[in-house]
Amino acid sequence: MPSSADQPSRDPVALFEAKRAEMQRARRGREIIFVVLFLLALAGSFYVGEVRIDHFIEGLPGLFNYVGETLPLIRPDHVVADVKEWYWGFGKWIQLLLDTIVIAFLGTLMGTLGALVFCFPASRNLMDNVAVYFLVRRVTEFARAVPELVYALIFVFAFGLGPLPGVLAIAVHTAGALGKLFSEVNENIDLRPVEGVRAAGGNWFHVIRFAVIPQVMPNFLSYTLLRFEINVRSASVIGFVGAGGIGQELLFVIRQFVYADVSAIVLMIIITVSLIDIGCESLRKRAIGEEVRA
Amino acid sequence: MSASIPSAAEIARAKARWPRAFGFSAQERVRLAVIWSVSIGATMFALWQTGFFDLPRLVSGVGQLGFLVKLMMPPASNGWFMDFMEGIFETLAMAFLGTLLASLAAIPLGILGARNVIPNWLFHFGLRRIFDGLRGIDQLIWALIFVNVVGLGPFAGIMAIFVSDTGTLAKLFAEAFENVEAKQVEGVRASGGDRAQVVRFGMVPQVLPVILSNALYFFESNTRSATILGIVGAGGIGLQLSDRIRVNNWDEAAFIIIMILITVALIDNLSRMIRRRIIGTEAQLKKSRNR
Repeated sequence: MPSSADQPSRDPVALFEAKRAEMQRARRGREIIFVVLFLLALAGSFYVGEVRIDHFIEGLPGLFNYVGETLPLIRPDHVVADVKEWYWGFGKWIQLLLDTIVIAFLGTLMGTLGALVFCFPASRNLMDNVAVYFLVRRVTEFARAVPELVYALIFVFAFGLGPLPGVLAIAVHTAGALGKLFSEVNENIDLRPVEGVRAAGGNWFHVIRFAVIPQVMPNFLSYTLLRFEINVRSASVIGFVGAGGIGQELLFVIRQFVYADVSAIVLMIIITVSLIDIGCESLRKRAIGEEVRA
Repeated sequence: MSASIPSAAEIARAKARWPRAFGFSAQERVRLAVIWSVSIGATMFALWQTGFFDLPRLVSGVGQLGFLVKLMMPPASNGWFMDFMEGIFETLAMAFLGTLLASLAAIPLGILGARNVIPNWLFHFGLRRIFDGLRGIDQLIWALIFVNVVGLGPFAGIMAIFVSDTGTLAKLFAEAFENVEAKQVEGVRASGGDRAQVVRFGMVPQVLPVILSNALYFFESNTRSATILGIVGAGGIGLQLSDRIRVNNWDEAAFIIIMILITVALIDNLSRMIRRRIIGTEAQLKKSRNR
């Protein structure tokens, strides 16, 4: 076909092929850029992260040795006595784990109360005052952007060692994290009840109480339970900086190479965390179930 | 109108039939009162145990906190800026390598853990529990352990992120593999694809967006957590921060906190941008499927 050169648009197959080749070229160009950036980041990370393969291979047996070392000696002929020896500090550790749960619980409770105060002014559809909205948004952002452990470091300095700074650190971070989630829930509500309360002469607090809270309560509850699970995990390590709970003891036994105690305490933490996860899961299902039934 | 107003007898009858509509019964009221008073009492006891009723301590603590904030103002680097930047880059490198290693390790583990790949429930159950175990130990605990094994420095942090996230990512990837739609796989097979082509064109396009967007999301969250791994000696900016707090250099500590906030915000935005692109293509895919 000699005419295809001056009339390319006549042949749909050629047109399609040309378009496809062009798109693939563009895509390939983008892909190459991505790969180059990725490799640069990788090389930079290897350099900055002081990754040395020889060190790693040298250290690998060390890791397995460490894990092996922490495993308790349990002989089949006196299992009970061996387990007893492994868990020699059971009473003390259970006490510390209870402390941990209490820290997580109080931190979640206070944080949730804070989030409840913050979330309504931080919702665009409920707050007409732009200045207040902006200010509250920034406060919650700051509260959740700083890690719990940093708050804990500062609060330990201000309030002294013990669970009190741990509770406060978790509370501040939780208020920020839940404040954001709660305000997102608020922004997705049905606005008709709000208008109804307003039309009946209700003020802002009436609107929140009678139009918003009934809609958002199940979601709030479910987020709070989820946060409690997260906070139990954080509370177990917040003792690393002296803010109470099992973390302090764990830090001690890891630093002092008390191998059997490391595995004993870590196992207790895992079991506690899983039990709390399972409990919260069933509570959460109930909270959401109520919403469906209502 | 008068017909619509119920008589006293009608109200009594309605009350007998639907007691819940007229408020709680006496029994329920007692139960609620007991539940509330017990939980409030327990909370009060916990508050007391934790030291929240120790008013002098609270007051002096709040005063101290105000004092610290005053010391933090204005935040200053005092000539340590380049060292801080190095710490930030170290943090990013730790998050990047840790997430990369975890994602790479989690792909084969995820395939093994998917119920439709290996239908043996005992194997599935055991592997899932191992993932849960890795996940149940906090990153900071891993960091402490790796500091003991490989020594102080960022490498311990990389290993901590790697090990703790492998469990979580493997679980997520396994779920992605379990959710692969059979239609596309059958389509490739029906048009004559061999086993490799079935995987490449039938499964990978469904799984890859999930893997990539999760990996990015974890990079984002690991950037946050890598900022504090240094507190236990595992490299990154956290080491500088805890040092400054320990020696009472509060203006430098505040400077570092601000640097952390900026870095985290930048990474969040970057990752959200890339994630939106990936999810965008996925959404288009879904749309075309619905059509």
